[in-house]
Amino acid sequence: MKVAICEYGAGNVRSIELAFRRLGAELVDDVARADLAVLPGVGAARTALAGLRARGHDAALRERLAAGRAVLGICLGLQLALEGTDEDGGTEGLGLLEGRAVRLREGRVPRLGWADVEPLGSSFYFAHSYACETPHATAWSEGIVAEARAGSFVGVQFHPEKSGAAGARYLERVLEEVRCPIPV
Amino acid sequence: MPYPRLIPCLDVADGRVVKGVRFQGLRDVGDPVELGASYSESGADELVFLDVTATLERRSTLVGLVRRVAARLQIPFTVGGGVRSAGDAESLLEAGADKVAVNSAALARPELLTELAEKLGSQAVVVAIDAEGGLVRSHAGTRGTPRTAVAWAEEAEQRGAGEILLTSIDADGTRAGYDLELTRAVADAVTVPVIASGGAGTTAHVADALEVAQAALLASILHEDAARLGRLRRELLELGVAVRDAA
Repeated sequence: MKVAICEYGAGNVRSIELAFRRLGAELVDDVARADLAVLPGVGAARTALAGLRARGHDAALRERLAAGRAVLGICLGLQLALEGTDEDGGTEGLGLLEGRAVRLREGRVPRLGWADVEPLGSSFYFAHSYACETPHATAWSEGIVAEARAGSFVGVQFHPEKSGAAGARYLERVLEEVRCPIPV
Repeated sequence: MPYPRLIPCLDVADGRVVKGVRFQGLRDVGDPVELGASYSESGADELVFLDVTATLERRSTLVGLVRRVAARLQIPFTVGGGVRSAGDAESLLEAGADKVAVNSAALARPELLTELAEKLGSQAVVVAIDAEGGLVRSHAGTRGTPRTAVAWAEEAEQRGAGEILLTSIDADGTRAGYDLELTRAVADAVTVPVIASGGAGTTAHVADALEVAQAALLASILHEDAARLGRLRRELLELGVAVRDAA
């Protein structure tokens, strides 16, 4: 199984690499040809989008999705995939799936820590100040979108690579879906 | 709200984990790579690594050591000590840190917090505040400042810090309980999460700290007894503190 991480010159992608290596995946550079492309998850939106576009990852991801090939967005990676985000005074997103990232209004922000995700049935680690509003939500945490799916795109607001054994099981399942796609 | 967090802290000097009392009399308590791995496996919610001598000796944090610790973790990892620029912070993130903690450099030049937040996002920027008698001290507690912890916490939040790691020097290493008054004052003044640090001795101390802060930093009571973390979590659950059930 070949996994490519869309690097854009910011944030910690090492933990994502390590998590996939532990699961036996091979890390490759070619975002277009890998079995799974990962759009990773830290940094500020505007900087991240500029970095993605400068490296041509936006076009590569669009082509993958058009061909029904798997893409995993993590945290900010999920938010960047939406049509837009309120972050940095409002920024246009990659438009890979419908929806928008909006500022969290309740509780302490950033929302940092482990929280339960349903219907996944485990707790995972979150670190975010914005949350997704999307019709494609498939799992929630305290009313916040925790996972969204559209075609061959799956995005998570939490950090599976930082969520211990539960996170490793989640990534294992993503790899399993790439091996044996669920018929739509 | 996410679960209240239990965060082991590795104070590192010369490549070894050390612990003192009120920042003095540091003694060796172990290897950071092995201790970090054991905390990740035994259900810690996060791990903090502070290079306590970095600023004093004017050298950059030990990026290589951070890389080796990070390689063994499956939980979030905060690293601090000697971070003076966005470049320092990026090299730590590249080595596998998820958040950077800044202390003396932010006091000397508060704009650093904004620069870090713009580059890394606020969720990756922790301001570490060491306070004695309510006043902030810098350079691992060796220099006084005229700022109050509350005023500095408020300013740091406005400038982009996404979390406050508040250490009471008065309570540090004493095992006599967290400085609840100071912690409450800071937590009430800001809307970002606050990590209480300094003074944990008993399960009840940790329970009290988690009433006012979103996380509790743990050092002295854990390093000598590897099984203590799991026991602490079970005892907190029995006391009705809704920590994550990481069993």
